[in-house]
Amino acid sequence: MKAKIYITLKDGIHDPQGQAVQQSLHTLGFEAVQDVRMGKFLEVDLQDMEKESAEATIKKMCQKLLANTVIEDFQYELFDS
Amino acid sequence: MNIGIIVFPGSNCDRDCAHVISEVMGQKAHLIWHQDTSLKGMDALILPGGFSYGDYLRTGSIARFSPIMEAVIDFAGRGGLVLGICNGFQILLEAGLLSGAMLRNKNLSFICEDIYVRVVNSDTPFTTQCQSGQVLKLPIAHADGNYYTDPLTLSTLQANAQIVFRYCDKNGNPIISSNPNGSIDNIAGIRNAQGNVLGLMPHPERCAEVILSNQDGRLIFESMLSSIIGKTLLPV
Repeated sequence: MKAKIYITLKDGIHDPQGQAVQQSLHTLGFEAVQDVRMGKFLEVDLQDMEKESAEATIKKMCQKLLANTVIEDFQYELFDS
Repeated sequence: MNIGIIVFPGSNCDRDCAHVISEVMGQKAHLIWHQDTSLKGMDALILPGGFSYGDYLRTGSIARFSPIMEAVIDFAGRGGLVLGICNGFQILLEAGLLSGAMLRNKNLSFICEDIYVRVVNSDTPFTTQCQSGQVLKLPIAHADGNYYTDPLTLSTLQANAQIVFRYCDKNGNPIISSNPNGSIDNIAGIRNAQGNVLGLMPHPERCAEVILSNQDGRLIFESMLSSIIGKTLLPV
């Protein structure tokens, strides 16, 4: 089983990296870009288990280590590998 | 006095701290490897600066789960003095011993320069030797020092006098242009509610002796050491 985990800054948290990327895209002529937010993407291989316990495991690891919930939100998708 | 300095893989200010404690302050410095699990006999702890675990994932996030951290949390819970400098501050935030989190510096740069901080609260075990409102010149060296916390926690920090240092200009005014990294409310250092845990981004160990032509940092170590005298920890 595979989990794709997305960690993003919470709404309203200043994202200087996203802003710098946005500025650079504008400089390159991509004027349609209105906002850029940067985050992290992790791929985690899990041993086979029930979907529900996989979800509980992923949530726990995000809350404990992968995301800092003071400033970050997380989302995940599960795939059979 | 016995001062424990926790060494994580990637710490790089541990020996500077040990030097100040032993050579400048005349106390015993103990370098304690992060894999150790005991802090027996320690009177106070320093979590030094550096790049623990290469700053992977988030600064301090992996070091926070080093085996020694359970003992550090227990030590703090029993009232022991814990000083976190730079990466040490980041680790204390990740460990939940201090509230808030660090964001990337507003200008995205690693900033290495002398700055000024105002001692907002001189009534902490780490600032007793400072005057309230005193301006200290201290060096900073970090990329993630943009302290953030939600508005509710910020008002709690303000109401409980937990903000200990604010970035300021030479004259002690905490104005936006004197804030190097974008931290909320110009925060450079905070303490916990009990007052025995302090985290700050500037490096007092880099300016604590005559030969470095700046001794402002020495006040923080002098305060900490003088506060230990007569202090007994709660039983295990």
